[in-house]
Amino acid sequence: MQFSSRRKKFTTNSQAELYGEPLQFYGQPPLENISLTEFETFAVERLKLLKTIENLGVSYVKMSESYTKKLGTESKALNFLYRPEADDRKPQNGPTEQEKRRKDHISHFILRLAYCQTEDLRRWFIQQEVDLFRYRFNDLHPKQKLEFLHRNNLQYDRITVEEKKALNDKLVNSSYALSGITVVEQDVYKVPFQDALDLVRTRKVYLKAGYVYIPHQDIVTIVINDFRTRLSKALALTARSLPAVHSDERLQPLLNHLSHAYVGQDYSIQKNVGKISLEQIDSLSGKSFPLCMRQIHQSLRENHHLRHGGRMQYGLFLKGIGLSLEQALQFWRSEFIKGKVDADKFDKAYAYSVRHMFGKEGKRTDYTPYSCMKVILSNAPSQGDHHGCPFRHSDPELLKQKLQVYKVSPSGISQILELVKGMHYQLACQKYFEQTHNVEDASFSLNHPNQYFIESQKALGGGKEIKRETEAPQKPQEIPTGGPSAAPEAAANTQDEAEMTEDLDSFFQDA
Amino acid sequence: MPSSDYDSACLPDILPLYYRRLFPFSQYYRWLNYGGVQKNYFQNREFSFTLKDDIYVRYQSFTTQNELEKEMQKMNPYKIDIGAIYSHRPNQHNTVKSGTFQALEKELVFDIDMTDYDDVRSCCSAADICPKCWTLMTIAIHILDRALRDDFGFQHLLWVYSGRRGVHCWVCDEAARKLSVAARSAVAEYLSLVKGSDETVKKVVLTDPIHPFIRESLVVVERYFPRYALQDQDLLHVRKELQQEFQNEKKPEIRWKLLKDEAKRKQGTSKKNQHFEKEIMLQYCYPRLDVNVSKGVNHLLKSPFSVHPKTGRISVPIDLKELETFDPFAVPTISLICEELDRPRTVEEDEKSKETKDKENEKDTAESRKIRDYKRTSLAKYVKYFDQFLDGMARSWKGELLKKSDLQKDF
Repeated sequence: MQFSSRRKKFTTNSQAELYGEPLQFYGQPPLENISLTEFETFAVERLKLLKTIENLGVSYVKMSESYTKKLGTESKALNFLYRPEADDRKPQNGPTEQEKRRKDHISHFILRLAYCQTEDLRRWFIQQEVDLFRYRFNDLHPKQKLEFLHRNNLQYDRITVEEKKALNDKLVNSSYALSGITVVEQDVYKVPFQDALDLVRTRKVYLKAGYVYIPHQDIVTIVINDFRTRLSKALALTARSLPAVHSDERLQPLLNHLSHAYVGQDYSIQKNVGKISLEQIDSLSGKSFPLCMRQIHQSLRENHHLRHGGRMQYGLFLKGIGLSLEQALQFWRSEFIKGKVDADKFDKAYAYSVRHMFGKEGKRTDYTPYSCMKVILSNAPSQGDHHGCPFRHSDPELLKQKLQVYKVSPSGISQILELVKGMHYQLACQKYFEQTHNVEDASFSLNHPNQYFIESQKALGGGKEIKRETEAPQKPQEIPTGGPSAAPEAAANTQDEAEMTEDLDSFFQDA
Repeated sequence: MPSSDYDSACLPDILPLYYRRLFPFSQYYRWLNYGGVQKNYFQNREFSFTLKDDIYVRYQSFTTQNELEKEMQKMNPYKIDIGAIYSHRPNQHNTVKSGTFQALEKELVFDIDMTDYDDVRSCCSAADICPKCWTLMTIAIHILDRALRDDFGFQHLLWVYSGRRGVHCWVCDEAARKLSVAARSAVAEYLSLVKGSDETVKKVVLTDPIHPFIRESLVVVERYFPRYALQDQDLLHVRKELQQEFQNEKKPEIRWKLLKDEAKRKQGTSKKNQHFEKEIMLQYCYPRLDVNVSKGVNHLLKSPFSVHPKTGRISVPIDLKELETFDPFAVPTISLICEELDRPRTVEEDEKSKETKDKENEKDTAESRKIRDYKRTSLAKYVKYFDQFLDGMARSWKGELLKKSDLQKDF
């Protein structure tokens, strides 16, 4: 890809050819020139889309109705949604279908550059892209699905009519998709079992001599596995050519930033520093803290101690709500001294880690408060720990008791437990919010404990300063910086597009 | 057949004898070298040894059969495990740039352990086994062997007695060795039917339609269920509530039939629990495998022909043609075979050995003596069976080597 500052010229003819298909395997990289602006905008928007997919995947059953509906809305908002029919009529506003597909194509390849570097990044990227692909493939008309298969050389062998007859009973008994009639009517494909692991694992298909026999309509799983494999190989290849890309100084900061960005508020920039006094924390913990933090705070007060996992999760949260380093040190110190730790030991052992959290020690990384995803998925608590997400990590009986103690209504409790059973932990927390704040609908999609705090303060009518700086995470122009800033306003989230285009380097100074 | 009293205290004395005169090194190497089709296959294989006093060493690797022999005779391991084939020689893994040392291939393996069945056997528990519950292993082998061959298309399966309370299966096909972690886990899940922890009462749930794999497995289970569950485990004795009804019928098979009929009658047209009898049979008899053992490419598993330190029994391959008569208590112990070595030779043996000596004149006399040694012991038939297994694989290696040389245009 060549980059220049002028906008590209591209004839509509070839564009129509190139983007005639609604869905692609991203086999060929784009071959045009684009501006740096487009490069950056496309990348960030796709990243937002993938982050949405990640979030929805935690809160909803994948591919369920609510999931697809929400994903559709978000795709539309980000100008990624396109209708399967290639319709180049100029819509009222916004880009054409062609333009959307082009953006999809280019943005995918840009993100490959950012996400090929480590095993973790690759795994994450592949997972979200696969889910996105699955969502789009399911959206195609049956005829388009068939075209897609043929166009992409997925020539799995069809079994003959004689074979079908011989295997009739076995086929009918192994796949929900096949009844006595459909076996005759539908094509059945013979695929090596290594290419259909999901179907093998769940025994949803007939397996013989290392081949699975798949009715046409189940071929989706195969396609998706194929997509995953291709993408995985492509990323490995991309990683090898990365040094060349990194040598381009215009791109390197952006790519680095993309792979570290938590797109949406990361609450790392401290607003309202010092606006919260230590005396307020106890009452705030009951009113505005999410359940996880309330629980940690309570056990801290009771035991005058917290293990490392709890200190990290809670300490960073407190930083996010505005505690200054001095306040934090005072807070932890006064609590730990009440327990088995004397002042001296605290200064020696624990003070260091508090300062570390604020980026004042070691490699001086300013750690960001944990998002819900992080709390739920990583570092599960074990015996003696109090951190984690209570909706995920607590035994339901204990959770119920706790909610009763916190005076949540019985109906509220049973709704919460239902959500927990369905593994919708963040929704359960939202329900907890609704119950404790006496509102019908939380009106936000919870994905960060600090977000909970801010929304709570909003709902309770307080914290006008907080209100001003809060942004809805969905605005396309928003690009958070990863680093700390003494003057939050300078790196604030309200952006001008002009500012963004003009000085890319200084913009990402802190990254 | 007496197994000759085995005492683990004697291991330090007889292990050297075992490794010097009885362990079938040439067959072992023949196996793990896989015909030399892939370069460095043997050299990059990880072995791990448990030495005296529970000292455990990993990342052992060897360049030749000779080196393997010398090292094992020097270290006299109590236990030997086989791991994966890595990207580099395991014993040099510290010199490799971090992240590049990776497990690449390994046989697909399964481990069936009798302790996983404790909730459905009343004759023994924990590490104990007896002829009554050994039937579970027989059932497991039948079901899994059929599935791996017929459903998955694998051909080269080596079933091995673990030495105490279970069996292992080594699937040695090339396709199996190259399977990814995801594929191995998918195969293991496909083969799993019994799910649940100690807290779960009903561990098998069947829904319509019943998959052909389950049907095939049921055929095997139904063959053994009457004898195993009804007689040997006396399954229906346990339910006191049924005693009343079965006062007149003592025979377990009849009782089972009565039970089934009664339940069917009660069920009527309800769809619920319509497969209860199948589910019960499967819960009692269907193989329980540890998915984690099969999943990992780098997982280390006990090696065939290694000794089990607690029982002294050798981990011998099981000839499926004689599966019904396989008796784990008849498997030779290391004490037995060492004793057999010291037996004075009979006249016939002397004549036979003279014949073979002439034939093997070119070979190193030490090696030929060794070859003759194990043949004089109870180990012989197991090594012979292992040879047959290797012959079967060798045919496919030959094909591969020819293909390769054709490609390289070697003439």
